[in-house]
Amino acid sequence: MHCGLGNEIIDGFLKALQLIFSGDQTIVEISVRSILVSSSAVMLSALWGLPVATLLGLKRFPGRFLAKGFFNAMLGIPTVALGLILYLFFSNAGPVGFLRLLYSPTAMIIGQAILVTPITVSFITSAIESVDPEIKDLAKTLGASETEASIAVLRESMSGVVLAITASFNRAIAELGVVLMVGGNIAGFTSVLTTTIALETNKGEIALAIALAIILLLIVSALTLVVNMFQRRMTYYFRGE
Amino acid sequence: MSSIIELENISKTYGNNTVLKQVSLKIQEGQVFSLLGPNGSGKTTLLRIIAGIEKPTSGEMRFKSAKVDEGNIDQVRLETTMVFQKTALFSTSVYKNIAYGLRLRGYSKRETDEKIKGVLKTVRLEGYEKRPAKKLSGGEQQRVALARALALDTDILLLDEPTANIDPKNVSIIEDVLSWVNKEKKTTMVIATHNMFQAETLAKRAALMLEGKIVKVGAPQEIFTLPSKLLASYARLENVFSGFSKVTCEGTSLVDVGDGLQIEAAFEKTGNVTVFVRPEDIILSSNPIVSSARNSFEGRIMEISDVEPIVKLKVRAGKDFIVQITKKSFIEMRLNIDSRVFLAFKASSIQTI
Repeated sequence: MHCGLGNEIIDGFLKALQLIFSGDQTIVEISVRSILVSSSAVMLSALWGLPVATLLGLKRFPGRFLAKGFFNAMLGIPTVALGLILYLFFSNAGPVGFLRLLYSPTAMIIGQAILVTPITVSFITSAIESVDPEIKDLAKTLGASETEASIAVLRESMSGVVLAITASFNRAIAELGVVLMVGGNIAGFTSVLTTTIALETNKGEIALAIALAIILLLIVSALTLVVNMFQRRMTYYFRGE
Repeated sequence: MSSIIELENISKTYGNNTVLKQVSLKIQEGQVFSLLGPNGSGKTTLLRIIAGIEKPTSGEMRFKSAKVDEGNIDQVRLETTMVFQKTALFSTSVYKNIAYGLRLRGYSKRETDEKIKGVLKTVRLEGYEKRPAKKLSGGEQQRVALARALALDTDILLLDEPTANIDPKNVSIIEDVLSWVNKEKKTTMVIATHNMFQAETLAKRAALMLEGKIVKVGAPQEIFTLPSKLLASYARLENVFSGFSKVTCEGTSLVDVGDGLQIEAAFEKTGNVTVFVRPEDIILSSNPIVSSARNSFEGRIMEISDVEPIVKLKVRAGKDFIVQITKKSFIEMRLNIDSRVFLAFKASSIQTI
């Protein structure tokens, strides 16, 4: 029994490598869709997350503490719970059902963007807060307006922003709950790496599942590695640390 | 000469803490104005208000006769710049640090390159363009900050203790640059400083601030020789000691100022006193001093600041004393950091606050 399962794994692994190196069409298509959906989601979350984080990091206003607490609490939101909420929203009976977005890549992008927004906002807020408070004043004394000075602070916290974007992308591409609930894993349309891995494993197509899992791990590790190298160089060069 | 900045009844309050109280001041175009006063007297806050990065709680500021408000604050910021006490630099190269303000003013790449080359030459950091700014020494960083401010050719240059935390060599370079800038470019400068030499050598006018108020405006010399000992001592802020005073049988008093140091003073007082001695009243020698002076201490030189034609020394003899001697004496005595020296001053040169 043990021996049989072992063989199955090794066999699956070898077939998986074969699939990857032969440039299997399904694998390429699913991987590309995964990357496109998740990077679009991250861009969308940055679009609204950056201004919110800049506001939370730089301005002092009533309710700021509560808002920061909310985003921190949402960091660990279960993806299935969020997926369910979004399903109810997008379904025909839901408040935005008329948009007919359910089971579409657009719904997946919006879902993942909402899922990673707490990461974008919390990480960037912390990065901005850790910038020397004199930087904003410095920019102003050099002639910057309020907005230009805020941009200067954001630029100083760039390594934190990059970290937030990376963490958001990794969370997005690796999550299953949201894309499954609002995407529906429709082959050739909404199937992505995580949903296909789950489906293929259930179907007993271990080789394809392993191949996709390897690709998922490679994407996440390669991105993290590149970002780490970039950050180390930036820190060493500019901060003298 | 017309006023470039006019402050009228400026007050600033943070919560329950009022740091500026009804400050009124006029600074003339092209003038070097120094703000003197102890820590917490409101000098930095006043500079920040002039720089347009802090709003006064009440009062009015006029820049070139126009009232400063939300409508023109961005313009005022373009014509004013400030060098901070704690050097603030962007985490990038020296070039990009200096280019920041120039870019905001719409300079072309060629103009920016030329300007940067020029100001780096002025602060004696030629060829430093590509260096990461935060990797330079403290003094060099402050020179980059100064170069960045000078590149903008603003009407007003505000300096908050620009030489407070740097070594004598860099202090002297910065002071040279500031003198040159005022002479050649006629830039109006407002310098907050503890350093009486800077105040005397650079500034034509000075204001003494105490607890958020301006208590005296005049030539620096006038402020240092104020009739009130309290104000004079605050203006100098040097060689001020507190301790318990006991009357001796000779009719003088011995003030125990701590760290094993007792200062003999020509007054009869018992109880806690604060006393001070002016740096120019202290005689410095490399050999033990035999004289009529009642106070004679051995110490070591901790810091040397070169402010032509005078050299200012910080000597640790139990407590730290600031002593000033001429450059000629300094060279003849071959003094250096950690040199053993002897200090002497008369009991009658000790004054109480």
